[in-house]
Amino acid sequence: MARNVSTQRKIVVTVVAWTIGILIFFPILWTFLTSFKTEAEAIASPPSLFFFDWTTENYHEVQSRSNYFLHFMNSVVVSFGSTLIGLIIAIPSAWAMAFSPTKRTKDVLMWMLSTKMMPSVGVLVPMYLLFRNTGLLDTRTGLVIVLTLINLPIIIWMLYTYFKEIPGEILEAARMDGASLSKEIIYVLTPMAIPGIASTLLLNIILAWNEAFWTLNLSAAKAAPLTAFIASYSSPEGLFYAKLSAASTMAIAPILILGWFSQKQLVRGLTFGAVK
Amino acid sequence: MATLHTRSAARLMIAPSVLLLLAWMIVPLAMTIYFSFLRYNLLMPGMEEFAGFSNYSYFLTDPAFFQAIFNTLAIVLGVLFITVVGGIALALLLDQPMFGQGIVRILVIAPFLIMPTVAALVWKNMFMNPVNGLFAWIAKLFGLQPFDFLANAPLMSVILIVAWQWLPFATLILLTALQSLDEEQKEAAQMDGAGAWSRFIYLVLPHLSRAITVVILIQTIFLLSVFAEILVTTNGGPGTQSTNLTFLVYAQALLQFDVGGASAGGIIAVILANIVAFFLMRMIGKTLEA
Repeated sequence: MARNVSTQRKIVVTVVAWTIGILIFFPILWTFLTSFKTEAEAIASPPSLFFFDWTTENYHEVQSRSNYFLHFMNSVVVSFGSTLIGLIIAIPSAWAMAFSPTKRTKDVLMWMLSTKMMPSVGVLVPMYLLFRNTGLLDTRTGLVIVLTLINLPIIIWMLYTYFKEIPGEILEAARMDGASLSKEIIYVLTPMAIPGIASTLLLNIILAWNEAFWTLNLSAAKAAPLTAFIASYSSPEGLFYAKLSAASTMAIAPILILGWFSQKQLVRGLTFGAVK
Repeated sequence: MATLHTRSAARLMIAPSVLLLLAWMIVPLAMTIYFSFLRYNLLMPGMEEFAGFSNYSYFLTDPAFFQAIFNTLAIVLGVLFITVVGGIALALLLDQPMFGQGIVRILVIAPFLIMPTVAALVWKNMFMNPVNGLFAWIAKLFGLQPFDFLANAPLMSVILIVAWQWLPFATLILLTALQSLDEEQKEAAQMDGAGAWSRFIYLVLPHLSRAITVVILIQTIFLLSVFAEILVTTNGGPGTQSTNLTFLVYAQALLQFDVGGASAGGIIAVILANIVAFFLMRMIGKTLEA
């Protein structure tokens, strides 16, 4: 009898949860479906959910009209570039703070985090002028520099919390066995550090891909990543829902997939290790 | 145990990131402070002159400024209310045994991974548009007049869009916290005859309080500077009805080319954010000790 009740309850919970989940997800599903409609079908009343003539026309159209691939590559270069450079700078720092902490390590970490709290708009004017005067405006290089700087604190923090979990005794054991420093790093520490570095990489690519303050303000036609490119659809010409949907689907699909794979790390990274 | 040698090596390893962040923090901010005391418009180059506090007094007496402060607070508080209450409810729901839990989780998380410009444009056009939007169709289905969201309730519409993006964040973090609640404690409470409601009030909620604080603080930092969603939906309008502080400074700088005024606004934004940051840093600082 008790079992029966709990199965019943489970079914009710399942129905409620799925309904809410699908409602929350619906705008994304709708965008995906609309991207395969014709423009006329996209605004048809009543709207059709699945039963329409599926077409990939919009995807071709978006590419041929506006060189979509350029903006896609801008996003790839900017998000991967800023993440990799950030990691190269951050790994030694996080490493040193995790393995040979001093009295001031905590203060340094807190201070680094505090730079992240500065609202971007507080430095918009000087950054814009500096970029204009140095020719960095609307360049991939410029965007990589800014995104590296704004995400560096998060990268260091995430790495630090991961490195902290590597037990120090293992190092001592390796040392007792006569491992040299380079061997220690290559054979003992690196394998243990790689999962943490990989999650940091993933989370930071997601953050950089979706960053929409600096990319909107510091890029125009040439270096605009997808965030800024999609924004150009805010002043529509004629029918454009299907094309907007196609451009959007391509812009969000890679990150959705990455994000779903790194759910757990998302929590940890976004709360600076405060919630695990 | 650390020798002098490893200690200086450690310093060398930390130096690049410290120097970079130091430069990033000091140089532009110092420039903003400097500009905020100048009469400086990009349309009149070479005419810069010292202006004292006039930029600040201009900004602080501008009616748009108070509207912007109000809107900033409305966005922060509105989104926080929706996401925290909704997040707790969703987290409690997702914590129950069900079929296909993993898939539901994936569906719920998704909006957080969508870039702001896509989220805002999809909502603006395909849902809130009074002619072709889905909401308009639903309204007509019930024989109602379609509502022009962005023209008649611009701020509420922005809040709705931003809340949709942040609800997954709150849910995910609260769910993670919920899952660390001791099963035995729950059972013990149940055995003692505590009902679902009193278990929630006296056991679950206190357990979640830390995670809730983290959600509120982190979201506040991001919500204070909502920008892209406003830019592509309402452009701050109609008038300044949906202009927040970030958007006001942006408009002053890049649309009116008033460097001095925009810088003063930027400094005010920094001060506001610092007040919030102070509390957040204390929270996170406590975790470091633990």
